[in-house]
This record gives sequence, structure tokens and C-alpha cells, in this order.
Amino acid sequence: MTTIALDAMALTMRYRRGWGLRDCTFQLPAGRIAALIGPNGAGKSTLMRIATGLQRQTSGEIHVLGQAPGKHGANRHLAFLGQDKPLYKGFTVDEMLRAGAKLNPGWDDQYARRLVREADVPFGAKVGTLSGGQRTRVALAIAMGRRPELVMLDEPLADLDPIARQEVMHTVLAEVAETGMTVLLSSHVIADLDGVCDHLLLLADGQVRLQGDVEDLLTQHRVLVGSRELVLPDGVVEARTTGRQATVLARTPDVPGWDNNEPSLEELALAYLRSAKKVAA
Amino acid sequence: MIEFRIDRRSGVPAYQQLVNQTRHALRLGLLLPGDQLPTVKEVVATTSINPNTVLKAYRELEHEGLAEGRRGVGTFVSAAPVQPDADGLRAELAGWMKRALADGLDREYVEALVKAELDLHYEGEGR
Repeated sequence: MTTIALDAMALTMRYRRGWGLRDCTFQLPAGRIAALIGPNGAGKSTLMRIATGLQRQTSGEIHVLGQAPGKHGANRHLAFLGQDKPLYKGFTVDEMLRAGAKLNPGWDDQYARRLVREADVPFGAKVGTLSGGQRTRVALAIAMGRRPELVMLDEPLADLDPIARQEVMHTVLAEVAETGMTVLLSSHVIADLDGVCDHLLLLADGQVRLQGDVEDLLTQHRVLVGSRELVLPDGVVEARTTGRQATVLARTPDVPGWDNNEPSLEELALAYLRSAKKVAA
Repeated sequence: MIEFRIDRRSGVPAYQQLVNQTRHALRLGLLLPGDQLPTVKEVVATTSINPNTVLKAYRELEHEGLAEGRRGVGTFVSAAPVQPDADGLRAELAGWMKRALADGLDREYVEALVKAELDLHYEGEGR
């Protein structure tokens, strides 16, 4: 096992209409549950597709579990669950699982079938007749049946009801607890990721705006509240004023004169996303 | 065995909540030396938090001498925490609060005072 699950150096994806990814350099340590956060079109899916080998970058490098993707097919120890939940609509769930067993070396059939049973999805049902939530559960079972070292989930919770969201999270978390698998998880709902993710990768306009250990990042930032007359410290990410009061999110230790608070993951992420948007505008 | 509960709005880090709840259960006698703490997988399944957070909490409990990890088996309670003179301290605090009340301080003001002193004296201990 490598200690770095994903290692990107100046990774760039250029499309005719603009940048998909631009000079992205980041590392995701193994064993982490990482949140991939960014607005639509920030490059989240592009990043996952390049790592899987479904798409090739314009320039730069990425190593997935120590290997460049694409050379020997998708990395054996990587599983990817895309937004479109790729399943054959005409197949029954049982046939999907058998295809999974055929196509994947190291397939754990017992485990994959247990996940499907836990989701209350009938094995005889045609995939095309399943609800969005059920399809996600089957696709997750097939992704996890590979017993991956790294799993990338693109918006896995998007079409799930609250109970299914929780169950999907539990499946992923239990696997992490048992095997130390690395997870990269993208979501629009930052609240879903709070407490779950211990690593953050924030993209905007194809660029990495913030990355690192969540707890470190939170302790390195402050939400400062005080009079707007006060001098701003270095490292301001976003400053807002209302009347005489200023609210500032900055990368700084405690600043005297201000009311200092540690931000929540959501406050931190939103401040970076908003400031990226203002620069772009 | 106890079951943990995570309050995501409290602002207290999740690992600190696990440590606090274990200490609390020990004080109340809900956990006794020799009892097993829930496995990481069990905690994760009931709370939806990161397994590394649970490991961090258990390491902290081990560091404090309250728990002990047995390889391949789980984490067990090793000792009850030393009971400080909680009654005496509480009586002093009660006296102080009576004075605050007599002086006409309202609840929010008292809470702000207490919080300020807590922040001052317990710096770095998970606010």
C-alpha cells in the first residue's frame, strides 16, 4: 500500500471552451475520507474521470495508488461510482452482480450480495425498473464488491432519501473502519460531509483553492467579528460589513481586538467558494 | 456497553464528544472497569462519523489511562476516573451564583462571564 492514494502534479485539462482543471497540485493521504467540494463545473467530475482513466489530461501528472491511470486499464484497487450510476438497464440485479464477478479480479461476491440484501433490492428485478435510490445502492454494492483500496464517489447521495443517505454513508464508513480504505467523496451538501470527512479538497474554476486535513484547516482559520474600524489581519479570505460591524474569515491565529471563533466546515468552505466566485466575476 | 451520540451543532469536536461521554458514563457508573467500549465499526454505524475520529477518541482515553486497547479484540475500560472534590467546588460556585443573582445579573450575563473564564483557564481544551 502506498501512503499517498492520489498524487497530482500540475494536473491540467483544457477543453475547447475553457479549463476543466488548471494546474492542480494536491495529495490525498491513504486512509482518509476526503471531501471534494466545488460548484458545478469546478472540475470535480473531470478529476475523478482522469483518475479512473476514462479521460486523459492535457498536461501534468496524476498517480492513483502509485500508478498513472490508463496504462494497464483502470487501477485494480480503485472503484469509481459516477453520477450517472452506470448499470445496464436490461440486466437484472443478479445478472449485474454476476457481470461484476466476471469483470473484477478479487471480487467479493458474498459482500456485494449482502449489500444488495441490506438495501432491500430484489435480485430478480430489472435494473431499469429500480428507483434512483435503489440503483445507487446496487451500483455501490458493485463498486464495493471490488474491495477497493480507494473509492471515488461522485455525488453518491444526490438522489437518496434521508434513510438511504444514512445507510449508504454507513456502508462506506464501515468499510473504512474495517479495511482502512481511502474515500474521495464529492457533494454539494457540505453539511452531509461534516464529521464524516477528515480531509478537504476544494476546487473552483478548475483550480485547487484549499486542501488539507480538516481539523488543521479549521484550527488555522478564524471567523472574526468586530468593529469595521479595526485593522484587518493578514490572510483574509472573505470580509463582509454590516453597518459598523465587520465579519471576516481569515487564515490566521487569534487576532487581538476581535471576537475570535473557529469556523465550521461549512463556513470555511462557503467563504472560499464565495471568494473564488468574486475573483472570477 | 454504551451508545454514543454526536451533536453536530454543538461546536465541540466529535472526538471530544466521545471522550466526554465515556468519562461521563464512567462517573455515573454506566461503564465499569473491564467493560468493552463499542467497536469502531459499531460507533460508525450508529453515529455516521469518521472512523479515524473514533480511533482518536480511544487513543485519548488510553492516554488518560481510562481505557486500554487489546489488539484484535477491542477497547476496554481500565479504570474509573479519579473523583475530584466536586461537591466542595460546586458549593462554592452556587455561592457565587447567589451573589450574581442578588446583584441583579441576568442569566445571559452570567453565562458570558462563565464562558469567558472557561476560555481563559481551559485554553485549548475543545471549546
